[in-house]
Amino acid sequence: MNTLVLWFHKLGSPPTFHRLAGALMPWFYGIAIALGVIGIYGGLVLAPRDYQQGDAYRIIFVHVPSAWMGMFAYFFMAANAFIALIWRIKLSEVMAMASAPAGATFTFITLVTGSLWGKPMWGTWWEWDARLTSELVLLFLYLGVIGLYHAIEDRRQAARAAGFLALIGTVNIPIVHFSVNWWNTLHQASTVRLLGPSKIDSSMLWPLLVMALATHLWFFGTLLARTRTGLLELDGGKDWVRALVLTDGTRAAPEATAITEQAHG
Amino acid sequence: MTPTRRRRLIAILLVFVAVVIAAGLTVFALQQNMTYLYSPSEVAAGKAPTESRFRLGGVVLEQSIHRASDTLKVDFIVTDRFNELPVEYTGILPDLFREGQSVVATGAMKNGHFLATEVLAKHDETYMPPEVKDAIDKAKEAHKGTSK
Repeated sequence: MNTLVLWFHKLGSPPTFHRLAGALMPWFYGIAIALGVIGIYGGLVLAPRDYQQGDAYRIIFVHVPSAWMGMFAYFFMAANAFIALIWRIKLSEVMAMASAPAGATFTFITLVTGSLWGKPMWGTWWEWDARLTSELVLLFLYLGVIGLYHAIEDRRQAARAAGFLALIGTVNIPIVHFSVNWWNTLHQASTVRLLGPSKIDSSMLWPLLVMALATHLWFFGTLLARTRTGLLELDGGKDWVRALVLTDGTRAAPEATAITEQAHG
Repeated sequence: MTPTRRRRLIAILLVFVAVVIAAGLTVFALQQNMTYLYSPSEVAAGKAPTESRFRLGGVVLEQSIHRASDTLKVDFIVTDRFNELPVEYTGILPDLFREGQSVVATGAMKNGHFLATEVLAKHDETYMPPEVKDAIDKAKEAHKGTSK
């Protein structure tokens, strides 16, 4: 076995991941908050007004990064679900289920901010056009995955069943993305493009990209935190968790009580 | 890859392909049936329903907006640059409603007029500061001046 494969196997073992994630987590959160502050200040203060919408366009600095994260988190969840279904890797099961609440929250923020912007600009809170409807379906997919995961008693079976739903739901992702091109929607086409020039001035683009980076780092921060508690919950009776609680009583205590509460409740 | 894993992989891929085909067919079918809006030309050609409500899409014609001084009644002309259709509406218009703006109006035809119950403004994907917009407009004017 070469070193890379060995390293990968080690990373997949819950105790190693728990330790490594604990060390990385503050960095993800810290940089995310710092970038978030810079992005919000750049977007709400430094960026100029829009020629048509005035200051109302500034919701884009929350709306668009959230929308990207809603789709990114789904891809991440589905990829982990795929690995979990075929190779039955415990860590992937936990990671797939850990990304669902974060993705659902980002999708919810996208829908709410879009609605708040839509009322003054379009003249309606909600319209059943393809983009808005497929984004709502995305939220329901997340909620379905979370619901299914909590409906089954056995944690590992639950993760696989919910993972299967997550994987099937992947077909919705291209529909969300291309809906504005495929159908005649009220929602505008993509402003920021990977291929070709973006349709936004560079003075407004940079805070948007900073915010996108901040939300990505925040997602990984919360993913690591949720995966850690998920692993502790799953391996509650194992030696490494016991050793962790006994040797490091003060630091692990809140997590340990959370586990016993969940176990009893 | 062990036989068990291979079997799982094939099963999952088969289900996934089936779902993709189903979704693809649905998308294709909806593309043919889902007419979100009709243009003034389509209305003129008689493609839009005459009795029931439908959505009308187009651009607000320049200098065609007339507001009543005592009510919220407003009438304007929606055009697709080929055909025009007069629209009447009573209510509050969205912020983006202005001359040359894309709008989507819901309503029905009455005596050659489109009586709208809802007017939505469609925003395009362009974002820029007012100064940049001014500079672009000036450049366009200058370009017009030289080409004449």
